[in-house]
Amino acid sequence: MNSVKTRLAASAVFLLMGAFSLSAADLKIGVKSEPSSLDPQFHVLVPNVQVTFAMFDPLVMMDPKLVPQPALAESWKPTSDTVWEFTLRKDAKFSDGSPLTADDVVFTFDRIPKVPNSPTAFTLFTRQIAKVEAADAHAVRITTKQPYPLLVTDIANLPILSKAAASGPAPEGKTTVEFNRGEGLVGTGPFKFVSWQKGADLVLERNPNYWGKPAAWDKVIYRPMTNPAARAAALLSGDIDMMEDPPTTDLEQFKTNPKLSVAEAPGTRIVYIALDQKGEPSPGIPGQGNKNPLMDKRVREALSLSIDRKAIAERVMGGVAVATGDLLPEPMFGAVKARQAAPAVDTAKAKALLAEAGYPNGFQITLGTPNGRYVNDARIAQTIAAMWTRAGVKAEVAAAAPPVFFKSRDNFEYSAYLAAWGNSTGEISTTLRSLVGTREPSKGSGTSNGGRYSNPDLDALLDKASATMDDKARKELLQKADEMVLSDYGIIPVHFEVPVWALRKGLSYAARADQYTLPQDVTSAK
Amino acid sequence: MPVFIINRLFQALGVILVMSVLVFVGLYLIGDPTSMLVSPEATEIERQALRKALGLDQSIWLQYLTFLGNAAQGDFGRSFLTGQPALQLIIERMPATVELVIVAMTFSVVGVPLGILAGLRPKAPSSKAIMTGSILGFSLPNFWIGLMLIMLFAVYLGVLPASARGETVNVGPVAFSILTIDGWQHLALPALTLGLAKAALMIRVTRAATREVLPMDYIKFARAKGLRPSRILNVHLLKNILIPIITVAGLEFGQAIAFAVVTESVFSWPGMGKLLIDSIITLDRPVVVAYLIMMVFFLVILNLVVDILYMAIDPSAREKVRD
Amino acid sequence: MSTPTTVLPTTTVEESPFRRFVVQFRENKLAMAGLILMILLAIPAFGAPWIAPQNPYDIGALDILDSQMPPGSVAEVSGITHWLGTDSQARDVLSAVLYGMRTSLLVAFLSVTVSLLIGSTVGLCAAYFGGWLDALLMRIVDIQLSFPAILVALVMLSVLGQGLDKVIIALIIVQWAYFARTVRGTALVERNREYVLAARCLSLGWRRIIARHLLPNCLPPLIVIATIDLANAIALEATLSFLGVGVPVTQPSLGMLIANGFEFMLSGQYWISFFPGIALALAIVGINLVGDHLRDILNPRNAL
Repeated sequence: MNSVKTRLAASAVFLLMGAFSLSAADLKIGVKSEPSSLDPQFHVLVPNVQVTFAMFDPLVMMDPKLVPQPALAESWKPTSDTVWEFTLRKDAKFSDGSPLTADDVVFTFDRIPKVPNSPTAFTLFTRQIAKVEAADAHAVRITTKQPYPLLVTDIANLPILSKAAASGPAPEGKTTVEFNRGEGLVGTGPFKFVSWQKGADLVLERNPNYWGKPAAWDKVIYRPMTNPAARAAALLSGDIDMMEDPPTTDLEQFKTNPKLSVAEAPGTRIVYIALDQKGEPSPGIPGQGNKNPLMDKRVREALSLSIDRKAIAERVMGGVAVATGDLLPEPMFGAVKARQAAPAVDTAKAKALLAEAGYPNGFQITLGTPNGRYVNDARIAQTIAAMWTRAGVKAEVAAAAPPVFFKSRDNFEYSAYLAAWGNSTGEISTTLRSLVGTREPSKGSGTSNGGRYSNPDLDALLDKASATMDDKARKELLQKADEMVLSDYGIIPVHFEVPVWALRKGLSYAARADQYTLPQDVTSAK
Repeated sequence: MPVFIINRLFQALGVILVMSVLVFVGLYLIGDPTSMLVSPEATEIERQALRKALGLDQSIWLQYLTFLGNAAQGDFGRSFLTGQPALQLIIERMPATVELVIVAMTFSVVGVPLGILAGLRPKAPSSKAIMTGSILGFSLPNFWIGLMLIMLFAVYLGVLPASARGETVNVGPVAFSILTIDGWQHLALPALTLGLAKAALMIRVTRAATREVLPMDYIKFARAKGLRPSRILNVHLLKNILIPIITVAGLEFGQAIAFAVVTESVFSWPGMGKLLIDSIITLDRPVVVAYLIMMVFFLVILNLVVDILYMAIDPSAREKVRD
Repeated sequence: MSTPTTVLPTTTVEESPFRRFVVQFRENKLAMAGLILMILLAIPAFGAPWIAPQNPYDIGALDILDSQMPPGSVAEVSGITHWLGTDSQARDVLSAVLYGMRTSLLVAFLSVTVSLLIGSTVGLCAAYFGGWLDALLMRIVDIQLSFPAILVALVMLSVLGQGLDKVIIALIIVQWAYFARTVRGTALVERNREYVLAARCLSLGWRRIIARHLLPNCLPPLIVIATIDLANAIALEATLSFLGVGVPVTQPSLGMLIANGFEFMLSGQYWISFFPGIALALAIVGINLVGDHLRDILNPRNAL
């Protein structure tokens, strides 16, 4: 409509701006949310981690497709079932010019459990680690509590600090508050800290002492803009060079706009429906007496069959979702190739299955969903409820603010609920363990299994896989486990969210599956 | 006089106590803030550790008493979400809100001449149009006006940005956006939205005051003396209607700060009102409580100042103001 | 706060006060327009289940392929003509507006009625009994009224949680104080009149005096406030729902519909927000035009 006119006008301005911005190699990024802290070990949260990784390097870095690549460690190998040795790069220097040594690595691991008040602590990635020690000046030995094949992926989440810069009188050394003021922010990464004003710009500049290929940008500016429409407007007017998450409603126009380019990554965040399979009468299914229809596999299959995943991906998600029948995209570890394509919608078969299971007239069900936690969450739930209703299962949506939703979910108040799961390891074991492993929160199993699906065979397979160090054998075990859950309809996958960025023409971004926006991966075509 | 002030402050304390109990118990029952913070992969032990770190493992009454004890020493707790002191978060966002409200209130002064006009000739069609317009500005929801302005200026004409705060310039530790052109462009629509409702109110106050003053003897006398109408207007009328107008403007300043919650949400203005809404939705209790306490004190003190000023000007007005 | 003037209908018992009122009301064209507007909006809103082209709550009838269609288009799946377009859930915007209006009016009407009852009871008791009860009640009213309504409502809803019933409760808590204060003001004046004093001398029961003598005299200002408050309640509910703390997404009021369409507006799909917005504005303006004129007729103290 008129916005086209607006866009044209904006594009003209944009061209003019472009002429000026060529000289200075600055990169302005409109980010969804600013970091909650600059302390690299305070909060496991995308806005924090992506800023950290511009200034700090981990020992092992995940590439955009979540495959581990050497970073500060040039090589690593397990020396026994529980001991790993990491050889550090000798040419790596911190931004203050001092060289990286094994002491810095040991200091980094020491500090993690000491950081107070962390909303999500980095201990998440160190809980399998028993000991970290310096083997020599450039080698680090890590001992795990038990055979643990995922150590390398865990380590990829831990940026290495400088012992000299991050030490201090407090037990943890430099405190979170000091980091927020910019103190102790000395890393080995491609950029270094310049300034941060809460609620406004965070500025970094090129680190002259960087060990890798020097970054393409003199300066990087992260500007927090929560409103997607505001980010879009800023990109169109040339205020920023790059934005996270363009609004799904605008994406079509963005893709055809000659002044812009769009970067998409394979998504690893699976949006799914969990079904209550505890065995007791289910709270959201009235009028069935002591029976829970969801205990019947045919009913679960019918619910899955009646969802038109392609229509949701196209219409509700504006194309930034990949409809699927699996829990992890295919090239990743443990995904099943045959399950990747979305199952075709078949309402007639769904009805037949329901009748066969003894519900020719269907039943009523409440579908819970958070409102505002995942991309278009409540809208997807309403659409699925409509699809279920057409197949004969009269569904009603209960949408709640996220903290209210999670409380209800943890109290098992939903018979069915929509949620999403982001996999950061590139391996399906964590997904299966959390979503469909038998609920044993003390062991970290079934932590997000609000449907209380429980399958001893599956648990056994997962246990076996987690102790199998051989990659090929582990992969087979995991694929078998994945197939086991999916063919039992223990959980219903809907689609993968696709992380999207929009950039001005001439820039390209190696879009990352983990949704991080890393300025070092933005390149200019010239 | 001092008794009166102390009385008011005690009242404020009472309100704060009642409200903080309400918010504490309410937010406690309604949901679990940690579920948003903790990683979904976290084990029960890690969840417990977080609850303990935030003090949420204790009984709600113990939590409340701890809060009261700390609050008495000026510590309102840390945001669950960011770990920063709640008060600091609010103070960081305050300049944006105050800036928006001051510009909006300044704009609302256009209501004064319109109100005088409507008061001088109450039967004229122009006056009726002004009054009908003021009903609209006064009764239409603020967010609706904002929406229409966005539609017109940002979507249809494409001349002004629809949201966010523009470029800021630091003066000391405080960032102002009224010092840059970009800042003004971003400020225009939200300030207009907030200002329109206040202008409508100004019209009504001014008109009422004008109509009250007009039949007074000194106006009649001035007329009889043959003074020029413009002089009567500027000297005799304006001087006398100014007191109620300033009173209302003062009180409305407080209301506008509270109402900025809505305007800020529509325009994604990064002020403290937006912070309140976000905190309510994420159940970030320390921030909600700290905001409310600050707001109560601010409103009580504002009322107090207005009352005292009023009494200083017009001792007989005491009852009138309290009404 | 001066003595009531002769406009109060009580002084002219002979020529049916109601008749006089009707005549006076009809003199003002704007107010009549407002009244007609109110009726024109209320009838289809309450008749929505029978006249709306589609039941937007019947999610089985919605097909996602029909979503986000511009006004006037014909649905591919259902074949309905959507005169005002469809929203992101394929709901017919016209039907959603009618149902949303119904929700908005219902919430406003219920909350105003209950707060009127509570407020006038409190106000009458305070005025009649006076003393410490009066002081206490009016102190509470004063304190509450010194806080912006939006803030009180936000606090209540953040504490109560979401839902239609919760919104109504929050609105009642916000509004009762206005009624209490107005009723007390009027009743105080009446209480010191000769006929009430006489009734008290005859030691008639306090219930009787309140119901027969005080209440009827408080009715005119009550009607004015209730009318204007109806508009305020609609506006406040819409605001709360727009902010995301009001009615649930599955039971949209006008405010919620506007919020749902807000993010589509910047990409040119104006109709999802625009039409509910127009309906909301018309309802509020209509009620206010009527209320404003009622105040002129019934209430001589038209200061603000």
